[in-house]
Amino acid sequence: MDARDLLDLVWIVPALPALGAAVLLLFGRRIGEPKAGWLATGLMALSFAWSVVMLLALRDVEPRTHTVDLFTWFPTGGLQVKFGFLADPLSITFVLFVTGVGTLIHLYSLGYMRGDENFGRFFAFMNLFCASMLILVLGSSFLVTFLGWEGVGLCSYLLVSFWFQRNSAAVAGKKAFVTTRVGDVGFMIAMFLIFDQLGSLNYSAMNAGAGKLAAGTATAISLLLFMGAVGKSAQFPLHVWLPDAMEGPTPVSALIHAATMVTAGVFLVARAHPFFEASGGSALTVVSIIGAVTALLAATVALIQVDIKRVLAYSTISQLGFMFLALGVRAYAAAIFLMVAHAFYKASLFLGAGSVIHGGADNQDIRTMGGLRRYMPYTALGFTVAWLAISGVPPLAGFWAKDEVLSRAYFAGDYGVWVIGTLAALLTAFYMTRETWLVFFGNERFLAAEADGVETEAEETAHTPGEMSLESPTVPAWVPPQPARLAHPPHESPPTMTFPIMALALLAAVGGMLSLPFKAIEFLNDWLEPVFADARQIDPTSFVAGTTLEGISVVFGLIGLFLAYRIYRRGIPTPDGDPLPAQLGVAGRWFQHAYYFDEEIANLVRGPVTRSAEWLSQVFDLRVIDGAVNGVATLVRDTGGRLRRIQTGLVRNYALGVVLGAVALLVYLAVRAG
Amino acid sequence: MNVATLEITPNYYLVVGALLFTIGAVGLLLRRNVLVMFMCVELMLNAANLTFVTFSRALNDIGGQVIVFFTLVVAAAEVAVGLAIIVAIFRRRRGATADDVHLLRG
Repeated sequence: MDARDLLDLVWIVPALPALGAAVLLLFGRRIGEPKAGWLATGLMALSFAWSVVMLLALRDVEPRTHTVDLFTWFPTGGLQVKFGFLADPLSITFVLFVTGVGTLIHLYSLGYMRGDENFGRFFAFMNLFCASMLILVLGSSFLVTFLGWEGVGLCSYLLVSFWFQRNSAAVAGKKAFVTTRVGDVGFMIAMFLIFDQLGSLNYSAMNAGAGKLAAGTATAISLLLFMGAVGKSAQFPLHVWLPDAMEGPTPVSALIHAATMVTAGVFLVARAHPFFEASGGSALTVVSIIGAVTALLAATVALIQVDIKRVLAYSTISQLGFMFLALGVRAYAAAIFLMVAHAFYKASLFLGAGSVIHGGADNQDIRTMGGLRRYMPYTALGFTVAWLAISGVPPLAGFWAKDEVLSRAYFAGDYGVWVIGTLAALLTAFYMTRETWLVFFGNERFLAAEADGVETEAEETAHTPGEMSLESPTVPAWVPPQPARLAHPPHESPPTMTFPIMALALLAAVGGMLSLPFKAIEFLNDWLEPVFADARQIDPTSFVAGTTLEGISVVFGLIGLFLAYRIYRRGIPTPDGDPLPAQLGVAGRWFQHAYYFDEEIANLVRGPVTRSAEWLSQVFDLRVIDGAVNGVATLVRDTGGRLRRIQTGLVRNYALGVVLGAVALLVYLAVRAG
Repeated sequence: MNVATLEITPNYYLVVGALLFTIGAVGLLLRRNVLVMFMCVELMLNAANLTFVTFSRALNDIGGQVIVFFTLVVAAAEVAVGLAIIVAIFRRRRGATADDVHLLRG
């Protein structure tokens, strides 16, 4: 079979998980507990296998792009939207890691979700999520991508609030949905603009026509698209939803909020880079600045979090900031590289955190952990490798990827961005070392103290992050959960859970091989080259400078690592004895409250937004809207009241009218003829 | 007066038609008796018929005479309905003055 014939079957990749979702939604309960999960996992594995076939087929195709139009989605006059898929190096890269990481996380969920009463529903949503993400990256036009874009948004909502009996989970799901919707408005307006300018939403039309657009138009389109990306990828200032999304089951956090969905924004910017290039660089500057700011802000907030998953959540925001920073300096391939590497180590970290939570009676507070490496050795090993990877220790994947991003920023001449990025990298090493040490090393703090003898349950750790209720008089800032103590030591998780952790940690260790900064072995760079051929990428100017930069970034990473190690070498004496908040002083309070974003948004909603809504309902609605409706009624009634006098009921009056009309007609005809 | 010089041209018929029509129209407007008004309407209709026939002859076109047939049919129907209404009015009230009947005043 010819390679192009094979690529025509690329639709099978999203179809498999979609099939799984359909079957599980209909019959999930009947299929029963382990089988429903294995079905979903198996379909994901098949999808991954087919993605590998697609990768091999794409390698035999020149040029490296293939579009399949499946059917006409909506045929209306001038707008013929084809539902089609586009297989090119960018989309296939995404497909591979979405299906690959997705399969491992599905496998992990088999263990994590055991005994949940909605086991089948969980896997249905997970499959649906993967199918949406695959449609998003494979779409051949902005509209197909938008379909997947909204699909992952929906699945994110469904999965974050999966345990909807908990109010905090329901609220977090709503928050995620609404916040990302703000960005989606930008995406939609961008699509309107693109259709207006190019007459088509296809990526092929974009590649052909974007370069001819006026710089202003291209900038507007780029910034609107970026607005969508900011929402989906949790960038400043729309990042507030991601930390709260940790309310979902941990595999969801790993799948959605680390590995796949949040990278949709990165994908969108990379896919739409012709617009960003056509903007003459101004849009790219915005992207890099937002990315750098997000990377730094989120890293500082992560320093002081005490919830094992919230550290990782802010870390994800920070890493996504790095990716946008890379996109902003035209290092597209480097951004994709970092994204793949990040998917490996962050998924591993999240799954490790899930394993810790699972084994420790749902305790999420790192202050009451410590020394867990003796009780869960496999989890500890995987987590440690991933920690070294994210901290940028060579030769793990994080080092190569982050270094690539930062050195490209330096060579592009964006020194400010480079400085911020390097600082954020230092902080990354610091907070990850803090978390790793507090969880797996140091003294053991998880056992209930003999004196208080409190039998604590999971409920005590339940908290309500970022609840923005309008009724509440005070802003419910996120309150750190009370330290929970266990009655017995935690236990290691089953193999279905530890295997994915180890596999992802291994990938995080060797993932750097994808693209080493030596000319002959830049696999990923060369692979993605056709996609970004039209972009003006800046290549490193000299090997010496590149090596020096690498040295600097390693030194900074190690400084962060060492600082955290010095503080937390022996753990902390008591759960309340973390010395860091006191050392950070006022800044620590800012970090603790995540720069008061939730509070300020709540104030904004309660103040001006509520007031303007009141004005609209009490003035605008009553006067203008109701006034218009009543005005029309009054007008018609008054006119009718005047006109009714004409109807006298007297036949002779009517006859007079007819005669006068006839005469008038005659006069008119006579005048016109004459 | 020489009879031969008095040639009857179509104009004569048209003038007669116009006169009949005007008499009918004025009668319709001025008289109050429903029956008389009804007859005035008939007068107007027939004035129109006369005009049609005249033009039919003058222009040598049979169409005008065909239309007259239609008019006659419509007029017959109108008489049937109209007289029925008038009889109904006579039954309900004493006179037949048009101005007394204004139940449909707005």
